[in-house]
Amino acid sequence: MSSQQPAETEPAPGTEPDARGVLVIACGALARELKAVVDANQLTGLRMQYLPAGLHNTPKQIPAAVEERLVAAAGRYAEVFVAYGDCGTGGALDTVLERHGARRLPGSHCYEFFAGAEMFARLHDAEPGTFYLTDFLVRQFDRLVWRALGLDRWPHLRDDYFGNYTRLVYLSQFPTPRLLDDAQRAADRLGLRLEHVPVGTGAVAPTLVSLGMPAPAVSR
Amino acid sequence: MTDDALDLATLADDELVEQMHDDLYDGMADEVVAGTEILLARGWSAQRVLNDALVEGMRIVGVDFRDGILFVPEVLLAANAMKAGMTVLRPLLAETGVQRIGKVVIGTVKGDIHDIGKNLVAMMLEGAGFEVVDIGINNDAQAYLDALERHQPDILGMSALLTTTMPYMKVVIDELERRGLRDRYIVLVGGAPLNEEFGRAVGADAYCRDAAVTAETAQTLVRARRELAAAS
Repeated sequence: MSSQQPAETEPAPGTEPDARGVLVIACGALARELKAVVDANQLTGLRMQYLPAGLHNTPKQIPAAVEERLVAAAGRYAEVFVAYGDCGTGGALDTVLERHGARRLPGSHCYEFFAGAEMFARLHDAEPGTFYLTDFLVRQFDRLVWRALGLDRWPHLRDDYFGNYTRLVYLSQFPTPRLLDDAQRAADRLGLRLEHVPVGTGAVAPTLVSLGMPAPAVSR
Repeated sequence: MTDDALDLATLADDELVEQMHDDLYDGMADEVVAGTEILLARGWSAQRVLNDALVEGMRIVGVDFRDGILFVPEVLLAANAMKAGMTVLRPLLAETGVQRIGKVVIGTVKGDIHDIGKNLVAMMLEGAGFEVVDIGINNDAQAYLDALERHQPDILGMSALLTTTMPYMKVVIDELERRGLRDRYIVLVGGAPLNEEFGRAVGADAYCRDAAVTAETAQTLVRARRELAAAS
């Protein structure tokens, strides 16, 4: 695993209970973006916990993993917020959140809450055969896409997976030349044309700021 | 095949079928085709090869996928191996004019271009004796209605992989209701983010969690409907 990866199984440092604070249980794929927003806005009242980013590929496991953290956090914080979208759980995550009185980020998945519902709908409607990557997924493309789909072992399966796709949209948070190169390489490997759409952190910043502190200093 | 590879032709029928299950499980398309041809050459009917070797092999794959032993790439390889075997059997099945259990129109809903699961379901339904009309991906309500009108199936199957596209199933079912056509068809829905509760909520006859369950459910519901019709 890359050294840039967040801790995936243990609570991040600073997650000791705080009856007046807000706990954010987040997808590990959002760690960099959440940290950027927290640091830029000095959201000292937020405690962060991360679940493994690999759950992105096994959405059925997300509700139980989140619930385990919600149970452990019960009564220990003023509020618990869940930094996930529906993330392919088909409403099962919302059922868990309802049970525990917790809220989550808006939208179906990170692509949507980064891009905003309106822009994401526009992108999807314009070309349903679009494969999306974020900064995290560009960095982790080899592990979470290529190898997870077995394409390192059976590259001939590529068209079974991606034959109906026509483009790769890189919804960037903090793009760098290297990330853009990597996104292009990912698109080439999948046989798709690349489009770069800089969207920043979208709904993440205002949501965290509203949970944690005064007015935002940056939104991306 | 390597020099020390197993010579399928030397195996007794039951051993060969078992070996074909293993080869299907391992996604070895060439070996599945070879086994299929050997059994046919020994006088097996195409239907028997399909049922005993391919469908049963895929059923085992489906169980291990459900139990988390196999993952999507392995299932895809197995499906491709079954597809290779079906290529040999399909013309023979057509020739023999085997009585079909029923007809299915199947497609992925509007806005969704995912078809791995749908294709697998279509193959298992075909294996179970259904005539399958696959209308592909990204189907709006009108496309489903046109296909239903043209093919007059027993079953409508709808698939979706995305949380954002699965609600469209209700749009299609509501349209069927609005036109007074809902009761003509058994509606089955499936896809990774769906569940039974969703199936009930959109008004489907059943949610099918995987390809093997879909084939079983389709058989059960078609038979039940025919028995009901015969009794009335």
